[in-house]
Amino acid sequence: MVAVYVPTSLRRLTNGQAKVEVDGDTLDMLIQNLELQYPGFRQALLDEGGGFHRFVNVYINNREVGDEVGMATPIGKDDEVAFVPAIAGGAGPLRFTPEQVKRYQRQIILPEVGPVGQRKLLAAKVLCIGAGGLGSPAALYLAAAGVGTLGIVDFDTVDLSNLHRQLLHGHKDIGRLKTESARDTLHDRNPDVNVVLHNVPLTSENALEIIGQYDIVVNGSDNFPTRYLVNDACVLLKKPLVDGGMFKFDGQATVFMPGKGCYRCLFPAPPPPGAAPSCAEAGVLGALPGVIGAIQAVETMKLILGIGEPLVNRLLLFDALSMEFREVKIRRDPECPVCGDNPTITELIDYVEFCGLPRESALIG
Amino acid sequence: MAVQVRVPPLLREAVGGARLLEGSGDTVDAVLQDIDRRHPGFRERLIDEHGALRRFVNVYVNDEDIRYLNKLATPVRDGDTVSILPSVAGGGG
Repeated sequence: MVAVYVPTSLRRLTNGQAKVEVDGDTLDMLIQNLELQYPGFRQALLDEGGGFHRFVNVYINNREVGDEVGMATPIGKDDEVAFVPAIAGGAGPLRFTPEQVKRYQRQIILPEVGPVGQRKLLAAKVLCIGAGGLGSPAALYLAAAGVGTLGIVDFDTVDLSNLHRQLLHGHKDIGRLKTESARDTLHDRNPDVNVVLHNVPLTSENALEIIGQYDIVVNGSDNFPTRYLVNDACVLLKKPLVDGGMFKFDGQATVFMPGKGCYRCLFPAPPPPGAAPSCAEAGVLGALPGVIGAIQAVETMKLILGIGEPLVNRLLLFDALSMEFREVKIRRDPECPVCGDNPTITELIDYVEFCGLPRESALIG
Repeated sequence: MAVQVRVPPLLREAVGGARLLEGSGDTVDAVLQDIDRRHPGFRERLIDEHGALRRFVNVYVNDEDIRYLNKLATPVRDGDTVSILPSVAGGGG
């Protein structure tokens, strides 16, 4: 069996899996078998003439297969084949600029990353919900690592009280839109990154359209209606959701993969209003979201690269006071209304109503 | 059975600020009742008037969610850890 790396943009065809195994002695047979098991694969890779789309790079064991080697290319049974979309604007095999080689050198030399891995990062599209306590470290590390497209959803403005923890924003940004402050900080960190701003509250009317443009979603939202909205949209669109949260000195992180449970499987209903104070009400130590947000960045990169064991079906619990990390198991609930065996929620609902909030106090976005 | 109960930050004021408590009982519910005897009102934060676990709180015996075991009747053994985990949203400015 040949191991095939599936780019994030095609994982909707493989039920979220980053690596699949198929038989094939040649590239041609491999693609035929991929199509049999995962319909849609062939069309995603090949044009009408039967050759690879210009925007797809093919690697066998991390070596690029150039244009001149064709469909009859032999494949050994222990080989790994990777299909990696070219970076926007690239035509044909992509070469790193000397500056990129230097910028990413420390991670490219990792065997688990390599030049192919760097291209996977540059080809990936990640959406950060929120440019606050969690979104800041997550977006910063993802941009630094060269994730090619980073979307930021936030409609807040920077406040002085944000600065003890929200690393994307500085003193000069007070009063600015968080998205714009974020973009400037991220570009300063890495001009390679295409930062897409969604300066709107996320709602049932726009969530599917926004989230649909990305491969992976990182949740840094600060309220329950948005958590459930983002969750449901990710389930409906089959997008992996890298989730994180914290309260005072305790943090949580997990990865929800399509088909393997969702936030509702973990918490079927939100607390009644007032039962779960926000950070504004209860307080949080600034470095704590730094830990969780960095973990979210690491998990996101693991998904993009297809390496390690992501926190799927595992809820990581972090107690900063005792400096303890623990884990509990998460299961897919067969009776979950959105990702269970018989879903009753097949489109986005009114999340403010679901969370029992009076409409005026809703904090969606 | 003597078990260790981990109390989340949100509930610590209901148990005098403790993060870890000793509890005894044969089931999760028995342990919660044991703690409630020492700290009245604690159990009600977790369990509603119908005797069911509130839906925004999870309870784990070691690393397993009791919803998938025997819910509040899940047995516990000496040395087990019972963890209480309410959902948190973070944020707010």
